[in-house]
Amino acid sequence: MMSGSQREESRRVSAGTLRVRDLTIVLPGPRGMADVVDGVSFDMVEGRTTGLIGESGSGKSLTAMALVGLIPDTGVVRGQVLLGDEDLLKAGRARMRQVRGAEISVVFQDPSTALNPTMTIGDQVGEILRERGLSRSQARERAADLLDHVGIPDAAARVGAYPHEFSGGMRQRAMIALALAGQPRFILADEPTTALDVTVQARILDLLGRLRDEDHLSMLLVSHDLRVMSHVADDLVVMYAGRVCERGGAKAVLNRPLHPYTDALVRSVPSVHVESAIADPLPGSPANPFDRPAGCPFHPRCPLAEDRCRTEVPALREIVPGRFSACHFAELAERTSDSGAEELR
Amino acid sequence: MLPQLVRRVGLMIFTVWGAVSLTFVILRLAPGDQATVQLGPDATAADVSALREELGLNRPMLVQYLDYLGSAITGDFGESYRFRESAMTVVLDRFPATVLLTVTASALALTIGLLLGVLAGRSPGRLVDRVISGITLVMQAIPSFWSGIMLILLMALTLRLLPSAGSGDLRHLVLPAITLAIPFTAIVARITRSSVAEVTTEPYILTARSKGLSERAVLTRHAVRNSVIPVVTIVSLHIGTLMGGAVIVEQVFAWEGVGSLLVGAVGNRDYAIVQAATVLLAIVVVTMNLLADVLNSRLDPRIRAGATTS
Ligand SMILES: Nc1ncnc2c1ncn2[C@@H]1O[C@H](COP(=O)(O)OP(=O)(O)OP(=O)(O)O)[C@@H](O)[C@H]1O
Ligand code: SF4
Ligand SMILES: [Mg+2]
Repeated sequence: MMSGSQREESRRVSAGTLRVRDLTIVLPGPRGMADVVDGVSFDMVEGRTTGLIGESGSGKSLTAMALVGLIPDTGVVRGQVLLGDEDLLKAGRARMRQVRGAEISVVFQDPSTALNPTMTIGDQVGEILRERGLSRSQARERAADLLDHVGIPDAAARVGAYPHEFSGGMRQRAMIALALAGQPRFILADEPTTALDVTVQARILDLLGRLRDEDHLSMLLVSHDLRVMSHVADDLVVMYAGRVCERGGAKAVLNRPLHPYTDALVRSVPSVHVESAIADPLPGSPANPFDRPAGCPFHPRCPLAEDRCRTEVPALREIVPGRFSACHFAELAERTSDSGAEELR
Repeated sequence: MLPQLVRRVGLMIFTVWGAVSLTFVILRLAPGDQATVQLGPDATAADVSALREELGLNRPMLVQYLDYLGSAITGDFGESYRFRESAMTVVLDRFPATVLLTVTASALALTIGLLLGVLAGRSPGRLVDRVISGITLVMQAIPSFWSGIMLILLMALTLRLLPSAGSGDLRHLVLPAITLAIPFTAIVARITRSSVAEVTTEPYILTARSKGLSERAVLTRHAVRNSVIPVVTIVSLHIGTLMGGAVIVEQVFAWEGVGSLLVGAVGNRDYAIVQAATVLLAIVVVTMNLLADVLNSRLDPRIRAGATTS
């Protein structure tokens, strides 16, 4: 099959990091165009899972979609998405079509709507291979292999099944097989377990982790669930109102937040913050990225907010090596943080 | 599958029975019965009552109805007094002309309607969409007799390109088929438009794009097929409208089909013809609805599954 192993080999050498720089997404809102995503930067490092976390509406999905050039037509995207030396935001339509599926794939949230109801699972998984010139039977065979690879029992017999004949968990496995079909280096998983039963969530996360290791993938895991993040993320990007407020190694960020928003997020989930059994729910409501508060967007909800926070936008600064925070008083948090002792998991 | 089919056929029979009975009732309610019409205004009262006796019109209504129903089941609707022939034979003679007209019109309407609908629905709110929506709105609003007359004036009388009326060679077919297709095209286009517009916002369309497919492949392989399913359902509900339109169009263009026969028979109180024609049209509508369901179950695996499990 198409110099498969050869490609795998050359890929491992050149496989690198997807670098997102100053990503800004402008969309039409109720009051004109607004920077719904504003200056987001992070790296998807090879072999690692980068967690993108934030409340609903913070711009996680838009950020992920911008990496594959699937922002709504009405939007404008600025900044850089660097695949090696190539800026994908400057790539033409034809090039982006090559990138999708073959370099960067997406696993969507709800497999019951993200799969075409009138096409067999096998045809959907194999479609990208058919585009590359494989025959129908070759594509089917490969689709069966992929379904088997993602843990679907009796895969060869089930390539002809339709999505409604699968359970939710199996559908999401099929969705993952579909994303793997083009042998991408990067997988963007947008809330891949949110729509699933709690009992299958962990299994899907385990599968994603296993595939990342076996197939040498870099993964972007979008979620609003800190528990999910604490289990699978290696690096963490915390977003608030379309901006990055904190970034760093996942364990370090969760154990010792350097931003009051991350801190509040951790405290709102009891199993992550073991110290107190009772969760403190996050006060107030999320900022609307179309109508972002001036200064630090978190200031209306921040217990540490001072006058300066209401006027001056805090820059994302490296507080300790590898740890970034966009809070004027991050150093204070660094010094006073006392929750560092506890271990996660 | 089987109980589903039995239920389906039962419903079809019920519908046809309803059409048969309704025609019976309406014809008896109309002033002047067949005997008076048949004999004309100069007939004596004695002649009329003799013919009534002969035709069985003096029997109680229920007896007449059951008798009529009994023969209707065997396809016998009595003899047409004008054609002096079995009514069903007369109607079936005219049937191929109606089939030719409606099939041509449907083919036109489906092709153009689907095309317009997909074009409009893939970019809702854009100029193409607004133009197409405007055109189809007008097409749907024009009454067939008016558009038929306009076409005759333009194509037959002014440009002298096509014959204005009659049946015979294919040139006679063009104007009535277009006239009949106009409102049906609009219906198909409007349903297709909203269906495509809805389907293209479905998450699986984004999935298709995320595979690196061309917009064309996304549209044809993923969007259109899913859009067609509701179109088939709703269009099949409009087959009755199409047959009704055929009656008017055949009349305007003197097309010798079941429709113009039916209109003539109503004027002449040729009850046997009216009843035979009505039943035939009802059977056509019901059969087409069934075919649409079968087609949909081919297109949508979820319906197929529903049919086998229920
Ligand atoms: N097509 C669009 N047109 C206009 N606004 C949009 C569009 N898509 C998203 N938005 C807006 O952009 C903001 C960020 O959306 P996004 O989907 O990225 O949030 P999210 O962080 O993924 O949230 P969630 O957890 O709910 O999925 C939201 O306020 C949303 O309303
Ligand atoms: S900058 Fe001010 S408002 Fe923003 S998080 Fe830091 S302390 Fe709170
Ligand atoms: Mg989202």
